[in-house]
Amino acid sequence: MKGHVWRPLFVVIALVVFILLFRAVYVPDDFGVQDRGYTFGFHRLSNEDEWKEYPAKYKGTEYCNECHDDKVEEVSISSHEMINCENCHGAAFDHPDDPETLTINRSRDLCIRCHSALYMPSSGRNDIPGIDPAEHNTEYECADCHNPHNPSLEEM
Amino acid sequence: MKRRDFMKNALVFVSGASISASALEFIDPKKVLADNPDLRWAFLVDTHKCVGCGFCVKACKTENDIPMGANVTRTWVERYVTKKDGKTVSDSPKGALNGFTNKKIDQNHSGMLEVPDEDIAQAFFVPKLCNHCEIPACVQVCPVGATYSTKDGVVLVDRKWCIGCGYCIMGCPYGVRFFHPTEHVADKCTFCYHRISKGGNTACAQACPFEARRIGNLRDPNDPVAKAVLNQRVGILRDEYGTKPQVYYLGLNKEVH
Repeated sequence: MKGHVWRPLFVVIALVVFILLFRAVYVPDDFGVQDRGYTFGFHRLSNEDEWKEYPAKYKGTEYCNECHDDKVEEVSISSHEMINCENCHGAAFDHPDDPETLTINRSRDLCIRCHSALYMPSSGRNDIPGIDPAEHNTEYECADCHNPHNPSLEEM
Repeated sequence: MKRRDFMKNALVFVSGASISASALEFIDPKKVLADNPDLRWAFLVDTHKCVGCGFCVKACKTENDIPMGANVTRTWVERYVTKKDGKTVSDSPKGALNGFTNKKIDQNHSGMLEVPDEDIAQAFFVPKLCNHCEIPACVQVCPVGATYSTKDGVVLVDRKWCIGCGYCIMGCPYGVRFFHPTEHVADKCTFCYHRISKGGNTACAQACPFEARRIGNLRDPNDPVAKAVLNQRVGILRDEYGTKPQVYYLGLNKEVH
């Protein structure tokens, strides 16, 4: 057979070799079909570990309890016992190293997330004591009168 | 070589070369299940318990570094108000990042709507997040293998591999995916994979004061979430898409979509 028939074939072979070489260099070894099969599991396996190592910001009440056990105890017997410390005090990150102090959110906006009265039958919202934030002592912060760690009205 | 032989050989070579080795692999779903008998993450939302405080949204954004000001979020809470005349209105101001503090319901271009209390038949909140589908549509459309399902059933995005084409964002029937404003890749809920893989709780479930959100292992018969999914009347969203979502809802209404 003549050269002009083979020449394009050499070009194709060279192209295929180039693509395979490029793939070998560029695509990591752990990229491929993993546990969930070709359709759902085609990925770079080490990315799973990268996600697992994502830094956590919220540390949970047990973490707070290691130092602030008096405060955790105080809240645990109040009607706010179900609220996670970090909801109001902010995410712990690496407190007390970084940040040294957490910024407490004492704003009315925080309290009215639950305590703004909405008529919500078929929702737990209806069981929470609520006020109209536009009417209820608008010149004060909630924490001026109510103790967030013990919001009982008798204790005011 | 005759021309006929050349054509024959060329045809065999081309068709052989065009099949990649992985396409020849036969995937048996039973084998896939058997490979991973111990762990399948699932999520349970109790809409009766949700009070619309939005602490879950705030916690999620903080935990996963989603810019607070950007109008994107991995999870959000919707408010549904069904009136006595049968009409339903719903809203989700800023995805409920600051909770629901107002009776006025945001109707976008039609302005704010206030439904008088006496006209309300039902009103409730529905938290939404990625359903981590058993048959995820978003994964199937990814052209580069950047999004995938792990063997414990979590759908993740490889940020180094994503080219930002946005197919998955369009492909998701639940609209839970978005373009990350600073990472410039597709982003979505990871079930807080970094937390649950180390025995922790998701940031949203931990922030929830009323246990309206819970994560659990469907393969563990003693897991509270698995028990609820087995024994209680749970619903899923958009069943008709056939994606087999793994976020189960207690108290789902037909108005919720």
